[in-house]
Amino acid sequence: MRWLWIDRVVELVPREKLVAVKGISLAEEHLHDHFAAEGDLAPLPVMPASLIVEGMAQSAGILVGHAGDFQEKVLLAKVSRAEITADPVPGYTLRHTATLTHYDAAGASCKGVVELIDPAAPEADPTPIAEIDLMFAHADNNMSGIELPEGNFVFSESFRTLLRSSGIATDF
Amino acid sequence: MTFTRGFARAMTTDDIFEKVQTVLVDALAVDEDEVTPNATLTGDLGAESIDFLDIVFKLEQEFGFKIQQGELFPDNVSQNPDFVQNGQITDKGLEELRTKMPHADFTGLEQDRSITKVADIFTVDAVCRFCKAKLQSAA
Repeated sequence: MRWLWIDRVVELVPREKLVAVKGISLAEEHLHDHFAAEGDLAPLPVMPASLIVEGMAQSAGILVGHAGDFQEKVLLAKVSRAEITADPVPGYTLRHTATLTHYDAAGASCKGVVELIDPAAPEADPTPIAEIDLMFAHADNNMSGIELPEGNFVFSESFRTLLRSSGIATDF
Repeated sequence: MTFTRGFARAMTTDDIFEKVQTVLVDALAVDEDEVTPNATLTGDLGAESIDFLDIVFKLEQEFGFKIQQGELFPDNVSQNPDFVQNGQITDKGLEELRTKMPHADFTGLEQDRSITKVADIFTVDAVCRFCKAKLQSAA
């Protein structure tokens, strides 16, 4: 399984914001365990909150990585805030909007909003369901004394594939 | 928020404390009344190493000045054998810290040179004094 929790980047304003979407599908195996039927309780497939946070981390991480031409090893350092107010179910689309609030040699911080899009009501406004603020460290500037691999292990081939299929140049 | 030079000059010690308090409540998820001048960031407020980077980011945003890496919280002192020997801060190490952190109070560290006591110099008051000096130098 590829650890990607966004399907496509739909908007990128360099050093400003990135919007990505993820369709929630019943084909995703984890949904059948989260939550499986138990006793008298029927199955309740919902997107795990932790993976919504991961999707925002990937969205914001790409925004931060792009700001440094993908030369920095961008590591999620801290989930500063995560408030999730709904359980998204299969058949809906999540829209992650990450906004860059700080960027320098040491790292970056982002504010994130997650909205729920109902394909059955395409004209309706998306429903905000989460606010997730994140902080990233540029590993080479913050982990002195710790030997890290030379190559950029953060933006691996699976990320490049995602970027390419979203129409974003990957000549790094 | 970015302050004009005139506004920076007009900021009182209480104004600075309130802003630092806001930053620390936000960065460390502590209650406002826990952020007292003598509270230590790690011991009393539970800051971990990565929180220091977050605090620097948030102070820059709150006050509108730029903080260079190692300016507020010096790094690499504890790894330098000239500065730390047998778990104790050497005279050279103490001098290095004094030079890099003119905003900190070293009274406690002078009495007990244990490396574990270094964290105690990172107090809320030290952060306030650092911010005050930054604002004055920018004015």
